[in-house]
Amino acid sequence: MSDTAHDHHDHRPTGWKRWVYSTNHKDIGTMYLALAMVAAIVGAAASVVIRMELHQPGIQFITDFQFYNVLVTAHGFIMVFFVVMPALIGGFGNWFIPLMVGTPDMAFPRMNNLSFWLVAAGLVLLVIAGLIDGGPGTGWTVYPPLANADYHPGMAVDFGILALHLAGASSILGAINFITTIINMRAPGMTFHRMPLFIWAMLLTAILLLLAIPVLAGALTMLLTDRNFGTAFFSPEGGGDPILWQHLFWFFGHPEVYIMIIPAFGVISEIVSTFSKKPIFGYLGMAYAMAAIGVVGFVVWAHHMYTVGFNVETRAYFTLATMVIAVPTGVKIFSWLATMWGGSIKFDTPMLYAMGFIFLFVVGGVTGVTLANAGSDMAFHDTYFVVAHFHYVLSIAAIFAMYAGFFYWIGKMSGKQYPEGLARLQFWITFVGVNVLFFPQHFAGMAGMPRRIPDYPDAYAGWNMISSYGAYITAIGGLLFFVVLWKTLTSKETVAANQWGEGASTLEWTVASPAPFHTHEDTPKVGSQPAE
Amino acid sequence: MQNYRKFNLGFFTAGMAFLATLFATVMSSGVNAAEPKPWQMNFQPAATPVMEKITDFHNLLLIVEVAIVVFVLILMLIIIVKFNSKSNPEPSKTTHNTALEVVWTVIPIVILIVLAVPSMKLLFFMDKAQNPEMTLKITGHQWYWSYQYPDNGNFEFDSNIVPDDEIKPGQRRLLEVDNQVVIPVNTEIRLLMTSDDVIHNWAIPAFGVKMDTVPGRTNESWIKVTKPGVYYGQCSELCGINHGFMPIAVNVVSKADFKKWTVKAKKEFAKVNDGPVRVVKMKSSATAEIR
Ligand code: HEM
Ligand SMILES: [Cu+2]
Ligand SMILES: [Cu+2]
Repeated sequence: MSDTAHDHHDHRPTGWKRWVYSTNHKDIGTMYLALAMVAAIVGAAASVVIRMELHQPGIQFITDFQFYNVLVTAHGFIMVFFVVMPALIGGFGNWFIPLMVGTPDMAFPRMNNLSFWLVAAGLVLLVIAGLIDGGPGTGWTVYPPLANADYHPGMAVDFGILALHLAGASSILGAINFITTIINMRAPGMTFHRMPLFIWAMLLTAILLLLAIPVLAGALTMLLTDRNFGTAFFSPEGGGDPILWQHLFWFFGHPEVYIMIIPAFGVISEIVSTFSKKPIFGYLGMAYAMAAIGVVGFVVWAHHMYTVGFNVETRAYFTLATMVIAVPTGVKIFSWLATMWGGSIKFDTPMLYAMGFIFLFVVGGVTGVTLANAGSDMAFHDTYFVVAHFHYVLSIAAIFAMYAGFFYWIGKMSGKQYPEGLARLQFWITFVGVNVLFFPQHFAGMAGMPRRIPDYPDAYAGWNMISSYGAYITAIGGLLFFVVLWKTLTSKETVAANQWGEGASTLEWTVASPAPFHTHEDTPKVGSQPAE
Repeated sequence: MQNYRKFNLGFFTAGMAFLATLFATVMSSGVNAAEPKPWQMNFQPAATPVMEKITDFHNLLLIVEVAIVVFVLILMLIIIVKFNSKSNPEPSKTTHNTALEVVWTVIPIVILIVLAVPSMKLLFFMDKAQNPEMTLKITGHQWYWSYQYPDNGNFEFDSNIVPDDEIKPGQRRLLEVDNQVVIPVNTEIRLLMTSDDVIHNWAIPAFGVKMDTVPGRTNESWIKVTKPGVYYGQCSELCGINHGFMPIAVNVVSKADFKKWTVKAKKEFAKVNDGPVRVVKMKSSATAEIR
C-alpha cells in the first residue's frame, strides 16, 4: 500500500542507473548535450590539426596523406552526425519539446533511451573506423569507386558505414518520438498555429529525418554489399554506376543540411522574440517558410553534382529549383529583423549569438546563390569557396545556435546563472575567430584552391595563414566555453523560474529552475500564446 | 555593466563594417595571370569565352549579394542603436504587416528572376562545343593525367607532377608537370573525359572548365583559349592519397607551333592506344573489360 501511494516526484533512480537506463527526457537531453560536447572536442581538434597542417605551404607534420584525408572525413562526420544533430535535435529537442508543449515526457520514453545509446555506439564505431586499416579517407560524401573495396580495402569504411547506420537508426527512432509527441501530446489550447516556432522547427526536422535517413540507409547498405558481397551497384565494371551513389547520397544530404539548420531556426526564433520583448513577427509566415524550405529541400539535391556530366536541361532545372529556396529563407531573415524592429532589446549573450547567427547565415546564404547557378558553380565547385560557404551558412551558424540555446536555457537546465561578462567575451572571441577563419577562404577558393588537399601551391599561402590563425582564435573561444560551463555549474548564483522576464512567454518558463525531474504533471492550459 | 555593453556594441558595429568592406573589395583586384597569385581575391583572368561570361555573371551576382549583406547589416545596426532596451524601453506590439510581408516575398522573387536569365544563358552557352575543330581525350588516373590526340595522330602521353625536390627556381610548386598538354590558340576544342579508376576532376580556373572524369562514362566539355600561355589547374575531386598532387598544365601555342609540336610528339609518344584491351580484375569475382 505504502508502495503505490509513494510521491511521484521522488521516483527517481540514482547512480549510474539513472543515466544508463534513463527514460527521462531531461536526463536523456543532458546526455545528448554531453555527447555532443565530447564529440565537439574531437571534431574541433581534427579541424585545428588540419588548419595547422595548412598554416604554411609545404608539408608541416602530416606526412601520411591518407591520414590527412581521414582527418577531413572524421571532422565532417563527427561534426554533422555527432555534434550538431545530437546537440540541436537530441539535446535541446528532448529537453524542451515536452516542456514547451506542456507534457510530462516524450511519447516513447524507452525508445528515447534507445535512440541515445544507438548514437553513442555509432560514435564509438566511427572512432574505431578512424583507427583501423588506415581509416576512411573518402570525405564525408563517401563517393565510390574511392570508397569501394578496391580503393579502400580493409574494414575502415565498413565500420564507418555501420557507424552511420547506427546514427541513422537513432535519428529515425528519435524522429518518430518527436512527431508523435508533438502531434498528440500538446497541452489543451495549443493548436498547431499556436505552437512555439521551436516546436514547429522540431516537427519539421523530424519529418525530414524520417524521409531522408532511409535513403541514406539504403545507399549505405548497397555500398556495404558492393564492398563485401560482390554486388556492383556502384561499380561500372559490373554494370553499376558511381553516379547513382551521388544521387542517393545527396537526396539524403541536401535535406540533411536543413535537418541541421531548421532546429537552429527554431532556437533563434525563440531567443529573438524573448530578448526583443515582442512576439515573433509574421508567425505563420515563419512556420510555413520552414515547411516550404523542407519541401523544396527534397527536389534540389543535384546542385551538389553540377560537374558529374548531366545534360544541360537537368542542370537548368536544379539551378532554378535551388534558387526558389532563397525566397522562404529571405522571409525568415526579414521576419527576425522585423521582430527586433521596435523591440526593447537586451543584448545578453544568447541575443548576441542570435544576431551573430543571422549575420553568418546571411553571408553564407548569398554565396549559396552563387553556388546555386550551375554556370557560375563551374568556377567554385570543390574549391575553398564552398568550404567557406557551408561553414558560414550551416556549420558555424549551427554552432552559434547551439551556443545561443545553451546560454538561453542553461538557467532552466541547471538552475544556475552563467557568468554574463565572461560569456560575452566568449562570444566576441568566437565571432571574430570564425570570420577570420572562414572569410579568407572565399578568396582562396576564387583564386582556384581546391578543397581536401594537404598542401597547396605557394600563391595560396597568405589567405591560408590568416585562416589558420582564425582557427586558433575559434579554438580559444571553444576552450573558454568550457571554462564558462564549469563556472556556471559550480556557481552559487541561481536563477528565477522566468529569468528573462516578460518576453519569455513559452511554457518552459512556467516551471521552476532548474526544471524538476518531473514537470507538467498537471496539464497546463494555453491561452493565446505565443503569437496569434 | 552599462559601459561594458556599450563597448561591445561598438565593437560589433566595427567588426561588421570591416567585413562588409572586405567583401566589397573582392571586386577590385586586377592581376594578370594564368595561375593563382599571392593574396589574390578574385578569379584568375579569363582565357576562354566561357570564363569571360562566368566572370561577367559573377560580377552581377556579387553586386546583388553585397547589396543584400549591406542592407541586412544596416538594418541590424539601426536595431542595435535604436531598439536596445535603453533607447526604447517600451517594445512595440506590431506582429503583422501584410504589405511588408508581400514585399519581402516578391522582391526576392524579382531579383531571382533577374539573375536567372543571364544564368541560363551562361549555362546553355558553356554546355557543348558548336563546331569543334579538334578533340582532346583526357583520362584521370591515380594520380596523374593522360592525354590523347585522336585528330592529330592519336598519340597519347602521361602527365605527372614535378615533385618538390625536382622543382627548379621559377617553377611553380605543386602545379608543374613533366609533360604539358599542348593545344592551339583560338581553336574550338572538344574535351572528352573519363577515368581509369576513381572519380577525378579536370579543372582549369582560367578556362572555366571543371568536369568530373568518371569511370565507365565519357563526359564532354569544350574550350577555346584566346591567349597563348601556360595555364595551371588541379584535380578537383577527392581521389585518394595523392589527390593534392595531380596538377594540370596546359601550354597554349599558335596554330603553327601546335602543328610542329604534333609532329614531334607523334614520334616521342609513339604508343598508339587502339591496341590491346586491358583486363581489370575486380576484388569480387566479376571481371570486366575497360578499353
Ligand atoms: C571549429 C571550427 C571549424 C573549423 C576550424 C573547421 C575547419 C574545416 C576544415 C579545415 C575543413 C577541410 C576543408 C577541406 O579540406 O575541404 C572542414 C571541412 C568540413 N567541415 Fe569544418 N570546421 C569547423 C567546424 C565545423 C562544424 C561545426 C561543422 C558542422 C557541420 C563542420 C563541417 C564540415 C564538413 C561537413 C566538412 C567537409 C568534410 C569533407 O570534405 O568531407 N565544420 N572544416
Ligand atoms: Cu544541397
Ligand atoms: Cu583528385
